[in-house]
Amino acid sequence: MSIPANLKYAKSHEWCRLEADGTVSVGITHHAQDLLGDMVFIENPTVGRKLAAGEECAVVESVKAASDVYAPIAGEVVAANADVEASPESINQDAYAAWMFKLKPDNTADLDGLMDAATYQAFVDSESH
Amino acid sequence: MLKQTPLNARHREANAKLVDFSGWEMPIHYGSQIEEHHIVRTDVGMFDVSHMLPVDLKGDGARDFLRRLVANNVDKLQSTGKALYTCMLHEGGGVVDDLIVYFLNESWFRLVVNAGCADKDIAWMETQRDRLAPGLALTPRRDLAMIAVQGPKAAEKLWQAMPGTRDLAAPLKPFSAVVVGDMFIARTGYTGEDGFEIMLPAKAAPFFWQALLEAGVKPCGLGARDTLRLEAGMNLYGQDMDASTTPLESGLAWTVDLKSERDFIGKDALLRLPRSRQLVGLKLLDRGVLRGHQKVLTSQGEGEITSGSFAPTLNASIALARVPAGVNLGETVEVEIRDKRLRALVVKYPFVRNGKALV
Repeated sequence: MSIPANLKYAKSHEWCRLEADGTVSVGITHHAQDLLGDMVFIENPTVGRKLAAGEECAVVESVKAASDVYAPIAGEVVAANADVEASPESINQDAYAAWMFKLKPDNTADLDGLMDAATYQAFVDSESH
Repeated sequence: MLKQTPLNARHREANAKLVDFSGWEMPIHYGSQIEEHHIVRTDVGMFDVSHMLPVDLKGDGARDFLRRLVANNVDKLQSTGKALYTCMLHEGGGVVDDLIVYFLNESWFRLVVNAGCADKDIAWMETQRDRLAPGLALTPRRDLAMIAVQGPKAAEKLWQAMPGTRDLAAPLKPFSAVVVGDMFIARTGYTGEDGFEIMLPAKAAPFFWQALLEAGVKPCGLGARDTLRLEAGMNLYGQDMDASTTPLESGLAWTVDLKSERDFIGKDALLRLPRSRQLVGLKLLDRGVLRGHQKVLTSQGEGEITSGSFAPTLNASIALARVPAGVNLGETVEVEIRDKRLRALVVKYPFVRNGKALV
């Protein structure tokens, strides 16, 4: 599966999308879901929680294992996706459509510190060797 | 370097995700572990379990040796092909391994042991053999592959793939086996469904696997095997019991014969040790997933989950947990998961049998 060019990526395998309203949607990458396998449980951060960049803020659990999700940038949680919580398998079906939560970023420019698609692809390739 | 089974190339062709399992390169799934789980509950699936080791015990006095070696009573094995699930204990009462013993005749029993314990088991059995019955031959059968065909349609599909097996294998009752040419067909499994475990020469395994594929049997990985066995309430060595736990505190009292006069290795310890812990089933009441090693808080003190997972048939999370004696069915306990305490109900297991939820 190709890595969408319009998203930004963290080394901990989250993706970020800057929305028209200035919020940032966050999910986990296709590569991350592929490593974890069938998703069965999602725990999102509560709305209103302020997150530091790199802070543990959510959990995704597959049949196999639990994995932490980290805030790719600093910001306040403004939405949590109840649909994904109710249907964790939607992350397996389309990881880039299944956003988990939205942040109001402290600094939108922080997104520039994340990887673009090409860099993330190279990062994934290097990790799997 | 990981060991490979004779079916390794087949797994690669089928795009299996391969992982290190006790030093063996084994398929964890072929796409979706949950789909594979459901296939076995509702239709039929097959597993490469060639990493498990059959060991042939041959010679005069084989039965007497097994009377000493294992905790269950092999005198229950009276008809040809009958199988017995048992633990093999050390002197302290802890479990060296759990295994199935098949009775072929008075001078031939076949034992099937876990992959991760195989070397240790062979060494243990040889030591005991040298001490108790030096005339017996113990032969590890690494020349055999093993395929488990499991699910309500296992029999139908097996006859379709291998019509020649039907006459001898169709009458098999659960927990019995028959030799068909160079194949050994047992009506056993690790899923809680009807099915067969078939041992056959390694070089014949890819052909047999292909015939099953063509009959519509879906390959399933060790991931599904684990959720199936947990739902079926079957112990996994290394998680639910090991050398530091006795079968009596591992939910396996039903496999230990303490009634007869027979003396077996570990019996004294079992009679002497206090029975302060027990294995119970848990069903999570709150949202989350139970996992091994999570702490369990009960009315009688702390315990620990030994195996936990999401259970696809139940669409809930279940576990086996070792808790203090005195915790009763129906009690609500708390499980520490990350920074939370979630509620779980103590339930009877198996959780699922023959496709039906029991909790």
